[in-house]
Amino acid sequence: MRFLIKNSRIIDPSRNFDEPGDILIEDGKVKDIGKNINLEADKIIEASGKIAMPGLVDMHVHLREPGREDKETVESGTRAAAKGGVTSVLAMPNTEPAIDCADSIERIKRISEERAKINVFIAAAITKGRAGRELTDIKKFKNLGVVAVTDDGSSVDDASLMLQAFSAAGKERILVICHCEDRKLSAAGQVNKGLTSTRMGLRGICRESEYSRVKRDIELSAKAGSRVHIAHVSCRESIEIIAKAKKKGINVTAETAPHYFSFNENEVTGFDTNKKMNPPLRSQDDVLSLKQALAEGVIDVVASDHAPHTENEKDVEFDKAAFGVTGLETELSACIELVEEGRLDWLKLSRLIAYNPASILGINKGSLRPGSDADIILVDADKKWQVARGNFVSKSKNSCFIGSTLKGVVEYTILDGRIIYEAGLQGKK
Amino acid sequence: MNWKRKDLLGLEELSREEIVAILDTAASFKEVSTREIKKVPALRGKTVVNLFYEPSTRTRVSFEVAAKRLSADVINVAIETSSVRKGETLIDTGRNIEALKADVIVMRHSSSGAAAILAKKVNANVVNAGDGWHEHPTQALLDMFTLKEKTGEIKGLKVCIIGDIAHSRVARSNIWGLTKLGAEVIVCAPRMLIPPEIEKMGVKVSSNADKAIRGVDAVNVLRMQFERDEKTAFPQRLEYYKNFGITKERLHKAGGNIIVMHPGPINRGVEISSEVADGPNSVILEQVTNGIAVRMAVLFLVAGGEKNRT
Ligand SMILES: [Zn+2]
Ligand SMILES: [Zn+2]
Repeated sequence: MRFLIKNSRIIDPSRNFDEPGDILIEDGKVKDIGKNINLEADKIIEASGKIAMPGLVDMHVHLREPGREDKETVESGTRAAAKGGVTSVLAMPNTEPAIDCADSIERIKRISEERAKINVFIAAAITKGRAGRELTDIKKFKNLGVVAVTDDGSSVDDASLMLQAFSAAGKERILVICHCEDRKLSAAGQVNKGLTSTRMGLRGICRESEYSRVKRDIELSAKAGSRVHIAHVSCRESIEIIAKAKKKGINVTAETAPHYFSFNENEVTGFDTNKKMNPPLRSQDDVLSLKQALAEGVIDVVASDHAPHTENEKDVEFDKAAFGVTGLETELSACIELVEEGRLDWLKLSRLIAYNPASILGINKGSLRPGSDADIILVDADKKWQVARGNFVSKSKNSCFIGSTLKGVVEYTILDGRIIYEAGLQGKK
Repeated sequence: MNWKRKDLLGLEELSREEIVAILDTAASFKEVSTREIKKVPALRGKTVVNLFYEPSTRTRVSFEVAAKRLSADVINVAIETSSVRKGETLIDTGRNIEALKADVIVMRHSSSGAAAILAKKVNANVVNAGDGWHEHPTQALLDMFTLKEKTGEIKGLKVCIIGDIAHSRVARSNIWGLTKLGAEVIVCAPRMLIPPEIEKMGVKVSSNADKAIRGVDAVNVLRMQFERDEKTAFPQRLEYYKNFGITKERLHKAGGNIIVMHPGPINRGVEISSEVADGPNSVILEQVTNGIAVRMAVLFLVAGGEKNRT
């Protein structure tokens, strides 16, 4: 099967390539990129005015299966991903039961093989049942295809246990992803601590609860000689700690999520539970620091932390509402906003959402180099769309972008050379 | 001015003009309570539901009297919130009450923001009768009404709010209301009971009661509760009284001529001495009386009563 994409602006972050041209796909792989490829093809898309780039590699996604299929399934979550231009996800292990042993890993692999619309990579838990008490069998995980370990949703409080985890993961060359939160400090907090928590009459989540754990986990990883990846960075101090560690040559990478640079804490003061997440929306100063850190490369990755919840868990009192927001279908547009603002160019953007997460996970994605898997998206970068509850593919509708007008629409999502999503066709099936 | 809001959720969102409108309307209603027949037909045919998730006889009774003096029908709904019983959700309850054709829902709830969340989901007018630590707008309005009655004008007054500021919805609503009307506000409490960055709400902060009340026109004494299920450290009861309790001596030292308010119920010998509570500086009972006029005004305005003539 031969597939030709004509006349798009091609962004390949793996080799700093940003030029107009044609993409030839053969047997699911990128065969050639060049000007005026005029071959016979089984399918040709005329894509002038569109941007062609590697599909997003979202390294922080809660697919909720098994256990909470009422919120999301592998099927619905990956279909939402395809709409958002995401062709690979790292599925978080805080399912019910947690992905913490060979059986549960095999099970989620089987479910993914049967029902996933895109590539699903698997993260397993650091501790059994994510309870923070006993390490999982990390050395077995690599052979089972696990690419990272994380207790996301919680941090491992016991520092000596965490050190052992880093040592075990370091030996196996498995990435450790840290949800950095000291619950002793964030205890029962709901929103950013400070004027916001005071105005709202809620307990606050202090910045120290995040950055003190960022600092600890970087130190422990360095001691163990392991890599560490910091999930959902939300505040300036965390950025400074990460920047300093990077300067020292410590093997640390970091991600943030679109909501942290798209909104500041003022958004939550009307008690909208769709703006409640952990860590919380922070100050405008943090928003600006995050944007700068993305532009400068201190933060390597934008990932959605797609956290679907049912209406029952969100349409309640603020302090009873679940933490977390969906993000697969809005993340690309939220990032395009940074290009619009002039903080990123398309190559940098593509690195943050595709090339960097793929390299950090050690998976062969995020590139359009001839020979790579043809996971490609075609984007109409100028097209605006109104985010509304009704237009989500995800089972859950808890998006903090509802009501916003965003720019950038995915026209085609191509996986292994096959079109798996085409704008305008969705929903008519 | 023309009242446009569907709900009264808090004073933070109100403009100065809206606050003044409520106080002016309350002034005209106060006279009603002095008549032989203490009733006007302003809300005749309307139904007011008092939905109370926390027991509060004082506030509930005050709203009930206010609604009845406006000729509304009143239904009281008290919801037990024992953690064992898994009841229906707040929104389901609200919608059920609305299905009874309630025009106004007056709600007291232990969760901050509960009134705002309900208001988005029902067409009935929602009046916040206290939500968690967030706001208690009618209490602050009656405090301001009383102050205005005593002094003539809020603008330029110096008011000290003393007590557990961190966990007080009364404090927050008073801060928004008083600062919008041009008063100077000092909050005073032990450091552990001052919420973070409260100075950004436009107030001065002090942990020295004697300094904080020196030269003020009024002190609003908050009820101290020492039995909170909090991880926060709390001061000792006696130590609190010694350092922050409003006593005759402390008032005298501060200049004497200070109006003393309290949202009630008072803890004698805890945050205030009996001598002060019952003494000449106290306006505590007048606050209760004024509470009815203020709540009449709020119910009247949100329920679209301006079309009716009083
Ligand atoms: Zn997390
Ligand atoms: Zn997460």
